[in-house]
Amino acid sequence: MPLSPEQIQRLARLARVAVSPEESSAVREQLNRVLKLIDELRAVDTTGIEPMSHPVAELIPAGQRLRDDEVTESDCHAEYQSVAPAVERGLYLVPKVIE
Amino acid sequence: MLNSTLCELSAALERRAISSVELTRLFLDRVERLNGALNAFITVDAQRSLGEAHAADQVRAAGGAGPLTGIPVAHKDIFCTRGMLTTCGSKMLADFVSPYDAHVIERFASAGAVLLGKTNMDEFAMGSSSESSFFGPVRNPWDRARVPGGSSGGSAAAVAARLAPAATGTDTGGSIRQPAAFTGVCGLKPTYGVVSRYGMVAFASSLDQGGPMAKTAQDLALLMNVMGGHDARDSTSLARDAEDYTRELQTPLAGLRIGLPREYFGTGCAPHVLARVREAIAWFESQGAKLIDLALPNSGLALAAYYVIAPAEASSNLSRFDGVRYGHRARAYGDLADMYCRTRAEGFGAEVKRRILIGTYVLSHGYYDAYYLQAQKVRRLIARDFAAAFARCDVIMGPTAPSTAFPLGANADDPVQMYLNDIYTIPAPLSGLPALSIPCGFDGAGLPIGLQLTGSHFAEARLLGAAHRYQQATDWHLRVPAETPL
Repeated sequence: MPLSPEQIQRLARLARVAVSPEESSAVREQLNRVLKLIDELRAVDTTGIEPMSHPVAELIPAGQRLRDDEVTESDCHAEYQSVAPAVERGLYLVPKVIE
Repeated sequence: MLNSTLCELSAALERRAISSVELTRLFLDRVERLNGALNAFITVDAQRSLGEAHAADQVRAAGGAGPLTGIPVAHKDIFCTRGMLTTCGSKMLADFVSPYDAHVIERFASAGAVLLGKTNMDEFAMGSSSESSFFGPVRNPWDRARVPGGSSGGSAAAVAARLAPAATGTDTGGSIRQPAAFTGVCGLKPTYGVVSRYGMVAFASSLDQGGPMAKTAQDLALLMNVMGGHDARDSTSLARDAEDYTRELQTPLAGLRIGLPREYFGTGCAPHVLARVREAIAWFESQGAKLIDLALPNSGLALAAYYVIAPAEASSNLSRFDGVRYGHRARAYGDLADMYCRTRAEGFGAEVKRRILIGTYVLSHGYYDAYYLQAQKVRRLIARDFAAAFARCDVIMGPTAPSTAFPLGANADDPVQMYLNDIYTIPAPLSGLPALSIPCGFDGAGLPIGLQLTGSHFAEARLLGAAHRYQQATDWHLRVPAETPL
């Protein structure tokens, strides 16, 4: 089922990626090509097949072990915040959310 | 020295025929001379490299050298390197200097290897041509009008043109093996969970796996001895004993059961590619290997399943790029949502946006079951095909890619045409299996062709052994592009 221009705008909103009106028709045309490819899956009979979310489940059926719940990291916030676009007094700055 | 294997370089360093500083300078000079034409590297820091080389020479003088001490290695720009740019080929991270090292970077550093530079790639590893990089396309050293494959195209081109003796790459749907095939080098995607993904920028977390690229299978084994192994910081890293990946290099081929899936030898593959692949397989048969016809009946669905699963995981993983904690932030914006939307519209290229939108769609309410869950069920069918096949054979062989390297821009308007490059490489990562590409000849235009060997889980050493035997009898892997003579 091809995507409509309205669906493209809705997806762009959900994904938080602006798609400009100029880009919209090219994006739609290319996404519809990809959809045509993945639509092949819909006809496959998968009755009784468990979804495979991860190859690890096949490799260690018991699942991954959890590590002990203890502090392993030291405080690196100054270093990590040194690459942030806007920081003040150890806080990340974003536009005002609550009036 | 430029065309030497890692073993040969290691021996030369050990007998003091050359120092690491001299060797590093040799490759840095070549990068400086040829990188303008190939665009294989995004970042080179000669001073840093030479400093590491000097330190390696001191370690050797003190008697503490290992097999890779003092050998320059290039890293795909997806591995975080402390104090150095890590861009992932994206405007989003064009100025990102990582505050920490990836596990793979740490392992090479503690093995004494010299970091030669960071290689160019498709943006966020999404692509099969290395054209989608914010830093411009990589060019194929065998023909600069053609692509080197992708997404690890910079690493592949660097090894092919002998700008680096070895490099790292990452493979989600073929991103190590397809560029290896297109440039005439060797590349291994290990079993899922064997190489830690700590500090490796995430694309599709149930598929992504780092691996080595080099001139020979033996070199890949040496690199795997450094890269592989458990890391508690990656929850998908498997807790297994350390392996020696060189242990099967001398194993004879007699009795090796080679599976030939009929789906890999069909009309979708260029005849000259199939011809060279069949010749290579005939050589294995002449050495006593047994050929077994088999079927992977669901492999034709792998591309469709992959293009649901990988974009779904990408849309989730790439939500971290929000312009708040690191990376690009739009200059002008209104409220918070507008900041996100503009930041991401400016920071991501067209293919990355496409995959985020597809991923958002297949995970959205009303479509999740029909696409995402269905793709995961098909994924299991594909994995079951392999399990059945490996009950009958030890290694599956076929072409790595359905064609040789294509011209730049050839697939620019049709993403699905681009995706078709990965039809033979996608099934292995969907199943978590190891797979390897090695050169097995050239087409009429002089472009390299890759033979793919796929094994069962943890069969890397077996694959490397079979490939090594082949490389003892052939010299495809030692040919050097005429455009970048030694």
